[in-house]
Amino acid sequence: MEDISTGSDSDYSSSWISWFLSSKGNEYFCEVEEDFILDRFNLTGLNNEVANYSQALDLITDNLDDDIQDELRGSLDVQARLLYGLIHARWIVTARGLQKMLEKYKRAEFGRCPRVLCHQQPLLPVGLTDIPYEKSVKLYCGRCEDLYSPKSSRHGSIDGAYFGTTFPHLLFLVYPTLIPPKSGPSDTGSSNREAASGDSRSRRRRDEAEIAEGGGEDINTATVALKAERYRPKIYGFQLHETAKLQRWQEAVRDRQIARLEALEEATRT
Amino acid sequence: MPPKSAQSLPAEPPRAGQEEDREGLAAAEGDEIMEEADEVEEGYTSSTPTSTLTWITWFCSLPGHEYFCEVSEDFIEDDFNLTGLNTMVPFWKEAMEMVLDVEPEDEDASKIPDVSIVESSAEMLYGLVHQRYILTRAGLAAMAEKYENGVFGSCPRVYCVTCNVVPCGRSDMPGVDTVKLYCPNCNDIYVPPSSRFQGVDGAFFGTTFAHLFFQTYREHAPAPFWKAPTSGGSPLSPRSGLTGYVYVPRIYGFKVSERAKNGPRMQWLRLRPEDPEELDMVDWRGRWLDEDDEKEDRQMEDFDPDAVDGEEDDEEEEEEEEESAMPGQKQDRHCPSPRRLSPEGACDPGVSSIKCCTSHTSG
Repeated sequence: MEDISTGSDSDYSSSWISWFLSSKGNEYFCEVEEDFILDRFNLTGLNNEVANYSQALDLITDNLDDDIQDELRGSLDVQARLLYGLIHARWIVTARGLQKMLEKYKRAEFGRCPRVLCHQQPLLPVGLTDIPYEKSVKLYCGRCEDLYSPKSSRHGSIDGAYFGTTFPHLLFLVYPTLIPPKSGPSDTGSSNREAASGDSRSRRRRDEAEIAEGGGEDINTATVALKAERYRPKIYGFQLHETAKLQRWQEAVRDRQIARLEALEEATRT
Repeated sequence: MPPKSAQSLPAEPPRAGQEEDREGLAAAEGDEIMEEADEVEEGYTSSTPTSTLTWITWFCSLPGHEYFCEVSEDFIEDDFNLTGLNTMVPFWKEAMEMVLDVEPEDEDASKIPDVSIVESSAEMLYGLVHQRYILTRAGLAAMAEKYENGVFGSCPRVYCVTCNVVPCGRSDMPGVDTVKLYCPNCNDIYVPPSSRFQGVDGAFFGTTFAHLFFQTYREHAPAPFWKAPTSGGSPLSPRSGLTGYVYVPRIYGFKVSERAKNGPRMQWLRLRPEDPEELDMVDWRGRWLDEDDEKEDRQMEDFDPDAVDGEEDDEEEEEEEEESAMPGQKQDRHCPSPRRLSPEGACDPGVSSIKCCTSHTSG
C-alpha cells in the first residue's frame, strides 16, 4: 500500500493513512496497522479527546460516506490528524509499533544528534507531555541522553503527544542491545558505511539477530559513562578555571553514580 | 549581514586616500551591493578594481560566510599580525593583493597558473587572519554585535532554550575540521544546522575565541558557574532561570531507574550545582572532599603525581566499600540534591514499576 501512494492529494486510490504518511512534514510518523485501529479497545478514551470522533475515525479507515465528505472535509481533516496522532502514540509503544519505528531509526529518518561528540548518532522522537496541544515534538539522543529541537520548522510544529513521553525509553528497554555506545562512531543507521563495506546483506542479517527482543542479559551499562567524550573549553590551550571546576564536579557526580551501580551489581551477583 | 563595525571603529587612523574612499563607499553601499555580490559570485569579478565592493565585504557576504566578521584592513596591513602565516599560505603575495584589493603587478600575473588557486590562498589567508583578529578588542566587538543579532543561531538543546551560540573551531590548524558552534550554557559544541557551513574551516575561528568572548562579555554568558566562586550570590540570575534543567526519561510517567540497563547514565554531563559552594566539595583531582575525612590534612602534598596514583587506588576501594554499605544515606550527605532534574519534578512513584515493566515486556 505504501508503494502505491504518490503523495498527491488527488490520489483517491490510496488510503487516507498512506496519503497522510506521504505528505510533507509527516516523515516522523509510521504506519499504524489497520487491525490496531479497528480494535476499539485500543482507542479507549480517545472519543473524549477528538471532536467528530466517529467521522474522523471513518475518514482514517476510509469508510467515510462521500456525501458527508464535502461539508465537513476541512474541519474533519484536522480531527482525523489529531486522532491518528493519538492512536500513533499508543501504537508505537506496542511490540509491532516499536519494530516499525526501529526500522525508521535505523535509517536515521528522525535526524542525527547535533552534538559534535555524539558522532552523528541517530535520534528518536519524543514528547515532553502526553497531552495534545501542549509541546511540540523533540528528538532524543540515546548517546548523550538529551533532547534536541528538530532542525526543520516543519517537524518543529508536530505535536509531541503524537509520539508520547515513553516511546524512546521503552525502545531501549525492550532492545537493550541497541543502546548506543558512549564513544566512537555510531553504528546504527550508517547506511553509507554499510554500502561501502559491500556485505550489507550479511551485516543486516547479523543486526537482526543481534537485536532480538529482550536479548542482552549480559549487557552491563554501569560504567559506560566513563567512555563518554566531552568538550573542554580552552583559551590558548589552557582550560578555563570555572568550566574546569564545573566539569570536575560533574565528573565527580558521574563517578559516584558509577560506584553506586557497581556496588549494586556486586550485591546482586553474590 | 556583515556588520560595518570594523570600519566604524574610532581608533582607526586614516590611510592613503584612494583606499579610504573605496572603503567608505563600500560601507555606505554595502547593503545594496549585497544582492549584486551574490550574482557576481561565480565570476569572482568583484576582486577586479572596477568594483566598488572590497574583497573582504564580498567574501563575508557569500552564503556560508555569515559567521565571519570583516577584518579591518589596518589589521591585515600590519605585518606583526601576520607573523608566521606566510609559511602556511601559498602564493602569499598574490593572496595579500587579492584580499586588500591591491592592483597586481602585471609582470607577475603570468607566473600564477590558475586564479582559483590564488582565490583559495586568499580565503586561507583571510581565515587565518580572522582567527587572530576576533581575539582583539575590535574583533570581539564586531563578533559581539553579530552575537546580539543572533547571526550564529541558538543552541539546539531543548533545555538551553534559546541560548545563543558562537562559532568555534576544534583546531587552530586549518584543514582539520569544519566550524562548530559553542553553547555557553551547556558548555558543549554542536554541528551548524545548515550544510552550507560544512565548507567553512573551524581554524578560521580557532579554539580560543568562543571562550575569550564569554570571558570578555560576561553578560552574555548565561551559565551561573562563572560567578559562583567570586560573587557568591545566587546562581539563579534572571537569564539562568531556565537553563539548569536536565532531561529525565520517563516510561508511562515513571522515571527510568538508574538500575535499569537503559537507565540514565549521562545526566552528570548537564548537571549544575544548586549552590556555588557545592563545586568546592570536589577537590582538584575530582574527588569529593568529605568522602575521605581523615585524609583531608594531606591535601597540600597532593602535587606529587606519583603519590597521587597510589592514593587513588586505595581511596577508590574505600569508596566502594562505603557505598555498598549504605548507598542511600551516603548520597544524601555528599550532594545536597542535584538541582531539579526536570520542570515537572515532584511526584515520582519510583523504581519498582519499571522493574515490573521490564519483566512484562521481555516475558
